[in-house]
Amino acid sequence: MALEFRNLCKIEDDLTLIAPISLKLKPGIFNTILGPTLSGKTTLLRLMAGLDKPTSGEIWYKEINVTNIPVQKRNVAMVYQQFINYPSMTVFENIASPLRVKRMPENEIKSRVHNVADLLKIFPLLKRLPSELSGGQQQRTALARALTKEAELVLLDEPLANLDYKLREELREELPRLFEETGATVVYTTTEPSEALLLGGYSATLHEGRITQYDQTQSLYKNPKSLIAAKTFSDPPLNTVKVKKSGEGIFLEGGVRWKTTNYSNIPNGNYTLGFRAHHLKLNSSKTDDIKLLGEVLVTELSGSESFVHLKSNENNWVVHTHGIYNYRQGEQIEMYLSISNCFLFDSDEIRVYEK
Amino acid sequence: MAEVRLQKIRHSYNANAGDKTEYALQNIDQVWEDGGAYALLGPSGCGKSTLLNIVSGLLHPTEGKIIFDNKDVTMTTPNQRNIAQIFQFPVVYDTMTVYENLAFPLKNRKMGDTEIAERVKTVAEMLDLTKLLNQKASGLTADGKQKISLGRGLVRSDVNIMMFDEPLTVIDPHLKWQLRSELKQLHRRVGFTMVYVTHDQTEALTFADKVAVMYEGEIVQFGTPEELFLKPNHTFVGHFIGSPGMNFLPCELEGGFPVFNGNRIKLTSQIAGLNSTSKIEIGVRPEFIKIDNDGFPVNITRIDDVGRYRIVKAECSGHNFNVYVPEEFEIPTENLRVSFDPQHTHIYCDGWLHDRKATE
Amino acid sequence: MIKRVPNQKAWFLVLPVILLVAFNAVIPLMTVVNYSVQETFGNNLFFWEGLRWYEEVLHSERFQASMTRQIIFTTIILLIEIPLGIAIALTMPRTGLGATLCLVLMSLPLLIPWNVVGAMWNIFALPEIGLLGKVVNSMGIDYNFTQQPISAWITIIAMDVWHWTSLVVLLSYAGLSAIPEAFYHAAQIDTATKWQIFRYIQLPKLKHVLTIAILLRFMDSFMIYTEPFVLTGGGPGNSTTFLSTDLVKVALGQFDLGPAAAMSLIYFLIVLLLCWVFYTLMMRNEEQ
Repeated sequence: MALEFRNLCKIEDDLTLIAPISLKLKPGIFNTILGPTLSGKTTLLRLMAGLDKPTSGEIWYKEINVTNIPVQKRNVAMVYQQFINYPSMTVFENIASPLRVKRMPENEIKSRVHNVADLLKIFPLLKRLPSELSGGQQQRTALARALTKEAELVLLDEPLANLDYKLREELREELPRLFEETGATVVYTTTEPSEALLLGGYSATLHEGRITQYDQTQSLYKNPKSLIAAKTFSDPPLNTVKVKKSGEGIFLEGGVRWKTTNYSNIPNGNYTLGFRAHHLKLNSSKTDDIKLLGEVLVTELSGSESFVHLKSNENNWVVHTHGIYNYRQGEQIEMYLSISNCFLFDSDEIRVYEK
Repeated sequence: MAEVRLQKIRHSYNANAGDKTEYALQNIDQVWEDGGAYALLGPSGCGKSTLLNIVSGLLHPTEGKIIFDNKDVTMTTPNQRNIAQIFQFPVVYDTMTVYENLAFPLKNRKMGDTEIAERVKTVAEMLDLTKLLNQKASGLTADGKQKISLGRGLVRSDVNIMMFDEPLTVIDPHLKWQLRSELKQLHRRVGFTMVYVTHDQTEALTFADKVAVMYEGEIVQFGTPEELFLKPNHTFVGHFIGSPGMNFLPCELEGGFPVFNGNRIKLTSQIAGLNSTSKIEIGVRPEFIKIDNDGFPVNITRIDDVGRYRIVKAECSGHNFNVYVPEEFEIPTENLRVSFDPQHTHIYCDGWLHDRKATE
Repeated sequence: MIKRVPNQKAWFLVLPVILLVAFNAVIPLMTVVNYSVQETFGNNLFFWEGLRWYEEVLHSERFQASMTRQIIFTTIILLIEIPLGIAIALTMPRTGLGATLCLVLMSLPLLIPWNVVGAMWNIFALPEIGLLGKVVNSMGIDYNFTQQPISAWITIIAMDVWHWTSLVVLLSYAGLSAIPEAFYHAAQIDTATKWQIFRYIQLPKLKHVLTIAILLRFMDSFMIYTEPFVLTGGGPGNSTTFLSTDLVKVALGQFDLGPAAAMSLIYFLIVLLLCWVFYTLMMRNEEQ
């Protein structure tokens, strides 16, 4: 019982917005679609809702081909980035609107709306108009409306992007639990990897209209299958460097060499090494660490963490470390990296694995 | 470059404001040193944009004075104050090229053409806009346009203070990183007094040397990112800074030490001089709670994995709090016991930090 | 660009409108085309003439004269109303009671039926008893719009400016209100003069609105009929006979259906062509 895309494709004005995608989403859980702006997230969501027709390919839901079914007939709820509510209706009416369409009896509507409003902490605001609410409250109203509809497919298009930082944190915590009980399949789009990780469930990385990987969020994070998937799922940006494998050694520019037998199964040649900012350490901890040198460009301090931007042999890297390290511009520092924390990608940007 | 002093500024949007609630700014008293990088951090509606507009001259405060380098500028207009401001969304002159945009403020100040060309070229090189100088400004991407806005402020040599009003709002997240560190590098290079207004703590803490946290029209704390993190003056600062924010647990006092759920919490020194009728809370950050077999027992509600660390949602007698656990640490599946780091456990009285040292 | 899922049932709702338009516009148009290529001597006898009427009309001095008058009129109108409209919109307050008051005042001329406008100005400008006429004459200027072509032109232009500048004002006002405050702040900070603010911020942002305003004023002034007809009847002589007045004279006055039909079609095609040119320019501007 799942949402499935079969060769779904959308081309507009010679631009491929969605390249042919075939994917089966896991039902009843949070599916996050992660990708930068203009990667096709909103287009994909609109296709799922039925607001747009695909150029080719099909969408199947619960073994039924829903591609040509208009959006009103599909059991879908959608929440947008720009808090969208009916401006002339009170919060109560807004939340009740999908139930009125279903012609539910009045007292049942009342009890359901009250329940959902309570769940989303907007019960005291039921008599207000959307224009009298703050951004966070408006978005909660939109979410409440989506929740009452009890749709089987809930689409959330970067719903928290226009909210204050702390509000975003709050709502993000509540979201998975809210939809858990309804058993709906939730699709959530975002540009921030940390959000995907916090929401759990399954994630798909989207890049220029292509799904580069779909997996359990944690697995995707720890085990990207391609350079693009790794890059999409990194914040701060993924550090990369070109390396050469020859025999038992992996050679970086500047003569640094790793002696390792882990990759003896792959052919010699040019590869790309990728590693996350927090794996580049300022202190050596493992015996198989290699030492790298870099020149500091700027240090950013944030609470109890530091981000050190530096240059190492023409590569621009970021070190994300715990503790306050206020390096000055131009300072030379040493960094340590362990091969077990790195990803190796071949010349086609596909991941190659250790033995 | 100038030193900016804000003296007892209060502002209300109503002409005849009476009580406290009608004032958007309660009482702002600050000194921003020449060449410093500062941030105004706070949630929507805390008054930070109002304060920014007062400093830039777009708004005249109901009470109080603004002084640039010993000169009272409270009632002057923006162009008399020599400020530069970068707004939330890019403001560029669409019909002009990038070069003309950058040259515009200089032309208005009647600078010579060769001098203008030199300054524009320097700034364009700083901002990586050299290749786009002859393009029409309207054709650039959002971050390119913001750079033009930034450039128009940088070309002038007489800028007293440069202000940023949530400038990265429309920037693509992947480019936010770049632009943020570029801003910081720029500040080092140019040395203008810069004030950055935002609701995003990462932006504020990474850019500024000192951050003013605003809440309901007041500056609740003005300190370095380290101070704000390690010693929040107010529960709001503790809650707002840090992701997740500081944990606050109610407690009782017994013999000068706080007691939570019957467990005595170790502190570096005794507490004295507390009014027993006020609301007393323990404030401790998730980063300073250790998994400790000598600690007190808690239940695990949930574990969130963010990759490089995990957050354990713990619960003890109905109170929830977060525990930060680094990547490599093993979390026991049952009988979890935690303890708080005494150095970083604080006591808050009615929301404000009870400074133990002051009572000794 | 958002593509909507087409709903076939919608076509049924549109059908009545299609029929109505067909009946009221398309069929009469076809009738006119029919007349324009035939000659009639009454009694429903029609002879095929081909394009003779078109040639005759295009070569007739009368047509060329009224065409010239029309072009001059439209040009003067646009040159006065557009800048004047923008200037008024710039001075109108944006908020408060003053704004509402100004908006109401500006809308008033647009609400008056057009023939009433003509009649109003007719009486207003009469040299002996009209307020304007009497005042101007008493200042020593010899003013009589019923007898002097120049006076007639000035009166018609004044009337049109009074009647229609408000449209440009309202459109420009709406366009100006849409400019975010931040642009003005930035200009202040850049120490830009008022003229620079106008040239570099306001005018570019008004581009779309102005294109619509120009297009509307062009079309309306090119087809103007009621007001000049009521005011001067096309006179004195034919000094204020514009295209549509001339057309009506030919069609209904002389009952020369053939030439009249040809003339109206030429008229129609000119307006269509110029509108298409404008539209293409507007679209090209948007793409840029």
